[in-house]
Amino acid sequence: MTANATIELALDRVDWRDLAAHPENLPRVYTPGEVLMPEAGFMRGHGTFVEDETIKASVAGVIEKVNKLISVRPLKSRYVGEIGDVVVARVIEVQQKRWRVDTNSRLDSILLLSSVNLPGGELRRRSAEDEQMMRRYLDEGDLISAEVQNIFEEGTLSLYTRSLKYGKLSQGLLVKVFPALVKRRKMHFHNLPCGASVILGNNGYIWIAPTKAQEQDGGEGGFAQNLNEHVPRNDREVIARLRNCVLALAKCKLMIYDTSIQYAYEESLKYEAHELLQQNAIYDIGEQTQSRLRDSDE
Amino acid sequence: MAYVALSEAEKTFILHGVEEDFRCDGRSRRDYRPMELETGVVSNASGSARLRLANTDILVGVKTEIDVPSPLAPEYGKLEFFVDCSANATPDFEGRGGSDLAQELILSLQNAYESPQAFDYRSLCLIPGQQCWKLYIDILVLECGGNLHDAVSLAAKAALFNTKLPRVTATLLDAGITDLIISDNPYDCTRIGIETAPLLVTVCKIGDYCLVDPTAEEEGCSTVSIVVSVSMRNGEPYLSGTHMTGGGSMHRDTMQNCLQLGLSIGEQLNTLLTKMLKQEQDRVGPKRPKTVGFLK
Repeated sequence: MTANATIELALDRVDWRDLAAHPENLPRVYTPGEVLMPEAGFMRGHGTFVEDETIKASVAGVIEKVNKLISVRPLKSRYVGEIGDVVVARVIEVQQKRWRVDTNSRLDSILLLSSVNLPGGELRRRSAEDEQMMRRYLDEGDLISAEVQNIFEEGTLSLYTRSLKYGKLSQGLLVKVFPALVKRRKMHFHNLPCGASVILGNNGYIWIAPTKAQEQDGGEGGFAQNLNEHVPRNDREVIARLRNCVLALAKCKLMIYDTSIQYAYEESLKYEAHELLQQNAIYDIGEQTQSRLRDSDE
Repeated sequence: MAYVALSEAEKTFILHGVEEDFRCDGRSRRDYRPMELETGVVSNASGSARLRLANTDILVGVKTEIDVPSPLAPEYGKLEFFVDCSANATPDFEGRGGSDLAQELILSLQNAYESPQAFDYRSLCLIPGQQCWKLYIDILVLECGGNLHDAVSLAAKAALFNTKLPRVTATLLDAGITDLIISDNPYDCTRIGIETAPLLVTVCKIGDYCLVDPTAEEEGCSTVSIVVSVSMRNGEPYLSGTHMTGGGSMHRDTMQNCLQLGLSIGEQLNTLLTKMLKQEQDRVGPKRPKTVGFLK
């Protein structure tokens, strides 16, 4: 009947900078309000503002200089959508003919009733009846995988799920990382060899779920959720380990894509799943994964 | 608690995980997430501590003031808790959004520290009936990642441990009036005994099982949780208060189990916290050179 609890001291905090490729010349991080350029004659770019004739940073990040243009690239930012991106999103509100969804971007995104596949794969005009049934398909809090179809002028994203690979997500868990850490690739749906499938949303939302049998057709694209199904213990262990690995990669600021997740997973096997929450284990996995990624690049 | 939206399927996944004693991050029902502690982070407070429990980030500062004891308890000092939920934690806390949660945290802390057996109020007394120390314990919630009660109480206890009260000498003037002289030397100070200071342990009921240290998602799945405040006296854990949160109810047997669980966990947490506080104190020495702080 003992609990596992650990309190570490901040004195022993792992220095994540050691993971950098060139620890000796790290870029300086500017904080909001800090003076970037004391003298005039420069142009202000993104992430900056002018006060008392000096350019100051409006976000925390690293400075980028192109000739006379000064901009600050934020370390942490909301998702900036691009057409064709795969995203994982959560329904916030059911509205007239559309759902309002959260995609971790600055503004809420929308999913039109006309851009979803109705159950049964019917392709027809959306009737008033469909409109009344909207909450049956997707309710507040539900998670979906979707693709960005369009970006409106003010920056709102319009999503669509008119493909069988997109749709409502069933049992599994969501991990949130910085959007910039998810590498843009051709494939964002992966069935990993370790026995779980992941959806790497470009918006930094990562969905980890047990791999579904192929014959269970329409489970992914439709609206079916099997809530009575128990995820077996070994699947659960894989999912928990993957979750901790993804968070470890994010903590070490390593790019997240299928190979890096797979490497991190393999490196993590020497720890128990819950030990991966400890910073020393996270650091170790980050270091090992990074060196393996560098080896495979060469 | 800040609201986290969850779909039914996610809730089912969490619920089944709790039933199997294997939670979403691989912990068992009795495990805590790793914590990080630093004391003395605020240089202009008498005592301070910062505790980070996974994504829950708490900063506590202790201010001291000389006050007149209450006529009902002339030999006791005073403690006053204040919790501020920063809008940095979640946009829901903007404006007055966090005040309900803050009030709940203040009340559970006050409740836990109320008994003179849970905290040695006599040590804060300077002259009975005339002068006593009043400690303002200001708690700032910088990030919410679930299990606020536990994190807040651990941080508050650490900050009290770190608090240094200036040494005060009293001189008797004419007509029975006493005058207090506060020592000029900033290192000439006394510490507060925190052996008995209570810790809060949230025992969260999900499905038919009880667990500790719920994440924000798990809190969203729970119907009811009970906050058990545990005070140590002569090496034995004692209950110094309880407090229920959530809309659900509990069967008497479940409640008994929860209290037992809370007591045993509280005892372990207390031992661990005391050990780490002593360790940090030994390592940094009386004149702290530098703090680690938030960055790095």
